Amino acid sequence: MSLLSIKDLKVSFKTRRGDVDAVRGVSLDVAKGEVLGIVGESGSGKSVTSYALMRLLESNGRVTGGALSYGGIDLGTVKESVMRDLRGREISMIFQNPRAALNPIRKVGHQIEDVLRRHSRATRSNARAEAIKALEAVRIRNAEARYSAYPFELSGGMCQRIVIALALACDPKLLIADEPTTGLDITTQKAVMDLIVDLIAERGMSAIVITHDLGLAAQYCDRIAVMKDGEVVEEGQAERLFAAPRHAYTRKLVDATPRAGASVRSLLPSELRTAAPVLAKATAPLLEVRDLVKTYQGKSGPVQAVKGISFAVKKGQSVGLVGESGCGKSTTSAILVRLADPTSGEILFNGEDLAKTPAKDFARDPRRARIQMVFQDATDSFNPRHTARHSIGEPLARLSGLSRKKRQDRIDELADLVGLPRPLLDRFPHQLSGGQKARVGIARAIAVDPEFLILDEPTAALDVSIQAIVLNLLVDLRAKLGISYLFVSHDLHVVRLLCDHVIVMRDGEIVEEGPADRVMEAPTHPYTRELLAAAPTPPALAEPTFSAAE
Amino acid sequence: MAGRLSTIGLRITHAIPVILGVVVVSFLLTRALPGDPAVYFAGAAANEQSIAEIRTALGLDKPLTEQFLVYAGDVLTGDLGNSLSTGQPVLEDLANRLPASLELTLTALLLSCSIAIPLGVLAATRPGSAVDHLCRVLVTAGVSLPTFFTGIVLIYVFYYLLGIAPSPLGRLDFIYIEPDHVTGFYLIDAAIAGDWETWIGALKQLVLPATTLALFTLAPLARMTRAAMLSALSSDYIRTARAAGLTEDKVLFTYAFRNALLPVITTLGMVFSFTLGANVLVEKVFAWPGIGSYAVEALVVSDYAAVQGFVLAMALLFVALNLVIDLTYTLIDPRIGFETK
Repeated sequence: MSLLSIKDLKVSFKTRRGDVDAVRGVSLDVAKGEVLGIVGESGSGKSVTSYALMRLLESNGRVTGGALSYGGIDLGTVKESVMRDLRGREISMIFQNPRAALNPIRKVGHQIEDVLRRHSRATRSNARAEAIKALEAVRIRNAEARYSAYPFELSGGMCQRIVIALALACDPKLLIADEPTTGLDITTQKAVMDLIVDLIAERGMSAIVITHDLGLAAQYCDRIAVMKDGEVVEEGQAERLFAAPRHAYTRKLVDATPRAGASVRSLLPSELRTAAPVLAKATAPLLEVRDLVKTYQGKSGPVQAVKGISFAVKKGQSVGLVGESGCGKSTTSAILVRLADPTSGEILFNGEDLAKTPAKDFARDPRRARIQMVFQDATDSFNPRHTARHSIGEPLARLSGLSRKKRQDRIDELADLVGLPRPLLDRFPHQLSGGQKARVGIARAIAVDPEFLILDEPTAALDVSIQAIVLNLLVDLRAKLGISYLFVSHDLHVVRLLCDHVIVMRDGEIVEEGPADRVMEAPTHPYTRELLAAAPTPPALAEPTFSAAE
Repeated sequence: MAGRLSTIGLRITHAIPVILGVVVVSFLLTRALPGDPAVYFAGAAANEQSIAEIRTALGLDKPLTEQFLVYAGDVLTGDLGNSLSTGQPVLEDLANRLPASLELTLTALLLSCSIAIPLGVLAATRPGSAVDHLCRVLVTAGVSLPTFFTGIVLIYVFYYLLGIAPSPLGRLDFIYIEPDHVTGFYLIDAAIAGDWETWIGALKQLVLPATTLALFTLAPLARMTRAAMLSALSSDYIRTARAAGLTEDKVLFTYAFRNALLPVITTLGMVFSFTLGANVLVEKVFAWPGIGSYAVEALVVSDYAAVQGFVLAMALLFVALNLVIDLTYTLIDPRIGFETK
């Protein structure tokens, strides 16, 4: 008998535009000791399903049909007071964005005590000891000291461990993990997922892992349910899903998941795959960075964010800059795009040292147009009151010297180039989808014909199927316009797809660099090996689809 | 803890330049006031000579810098000069009148907090309900009705029509004897003296003006509480707390309310300082011998020593108030002490 059974669950939300059905007849079962993965893109209803299960829907959400049963208890009709006893003791949840998931002004130890005492797992006198035990259970070293820490004093990975400790403190039988690793570094992601899976196995628990990452689900889950538009379109073992997806959407997701050996074209659905563009061989140097150092004034003395790095980017080359948060990759890209000044070092661009011009004067420098940037968060990098046309036109008005009429023509041309339908140009950012915003961001960056484009994780916030399309767009643009890329990312699979050359950074230093294939296949530095090992490895595909496309 | 103590020390040292600035500005402002105090106090029958004598007596014939040095020296020794209109030392006047204003303001704020905060919390937990609408109506009424208007309406209804309230003439009806001066707060002094009849008399006088002010200060507090509670309740950590099965009381008070308290305290501080300086109208309507009406009277007759004393006293009070608010903040929010280091 299954521990949890969801039958024909329907959830709808009241919105200003009428009722929206978020979940439309989902049926799922979780057996004792099983780990079920629910995979889907944003808006697929995967999180809503779990909130409905916990009866934690927003006030405008309502379960409109179906049955939820947990160990013989009907979760749909049971009294709220019983439900509150079940939450935390029988069914627990962990969330994405762990730092926000913890009360910012309460010591983490006290937050765990709250849960322990709520479910009578501890008394006033032994709560502290029990809370420290719970912290030790999630392998937090020096748990005694961590007990008195506030969330803001801890790293993201540490916060997620606390959230896990909080969820598992009362030995629940079912754990629901809602995107537990989104926003965490790749090695932290691995550590957190390994920890969750180990603890589940140790305690004989069941779990539901909700994620947008099919590769991650495949690695850690016994069974995967793929959701789309509020329905489960396919369910099965990970290997089977990858080897022989039955539903077209699963096929699309499987294809779009970056993995070892895939080419960028193979990410696309088969009907969209065209021949890969021929890239010109990169020869002449475009950008050369020499002994770049950046020192910040920290609380306890100066902090070296970048410790004298040197590298080169050739004309038309695409270089990947890989590393985890705090490795100095963002600082480096901010210096290269001339938004920040280096402490010392040279940035030779076409032979001229850009570092000689201070960042605050560079906006008026004629070379400003030569180096442009595509930002990570497509939403936050636009003025919410500017239309797409206005946003793309801004650099043209400032840097190109084109007449008003010519600028409008150029904007239309750019929209065609990045595949943005022209009518969408008059929309505001909030009226565009994530993929469309990414296109606008790219159009804005290439508007003034730059020679060098810095791409700061441009696909990090996108669904995989959209990511596949945007990555292909970037490859096509590079072939068409001959722009050099510096692609900043933490995702090695994506970097491999897009880059010829890879630089791996750690603690402000370059630990390894070389041709992408060589670094990926035969990494020499232990850190690169660690990064590669941490990336989820989806099972092999049935047919090597990438060779057909190339 | 050492971090917190040094934060407190730092905040106090920050206040010093502010106070110095206030001393200079209050001095210059009173000198820039139109009208010549010497002419005013010489009276209608004065001639050139008597005006000049008074001017010399007041020290107004000396150059500004010298006047300022004399003033600064006096302030340092705690001498704020004599009020020209009351003839009393300004310090004594302030000591008599400041407690009257503080008693009124504090009572009003206590009253409005005890209504506004529960109302805001209730409105936030039940958006769209009757409580929420009541909150909205009260907030709108509170900001749109000026204090002198509510004051007069309250007097009309409760004193004139119903006859429940005592005559709106100051802090105590003439049939009672003022309690011995300890704190200057009649309610506290009467309680210390054990004179409960006077205590009730003082309370009766206090009810109407305090209600008037409370209605006015209720609006920003209720609105801020509601907004802060709403945003706290929709945050991720509340979801975590609910998912862990914590009771609704624990979620509401330990988790949401403590977080929502931060903006409410900021608003409270602003409302307090605003009310203390701006309740002249209420004091006038109820013939309340407070500091606001004192300052206005002094201003009208160019009583510069009194005005300077008032401005200085208010500035010190605001500095102290801000300090208290900052410290409350660091007590509630552990993140703050660290950022200022």
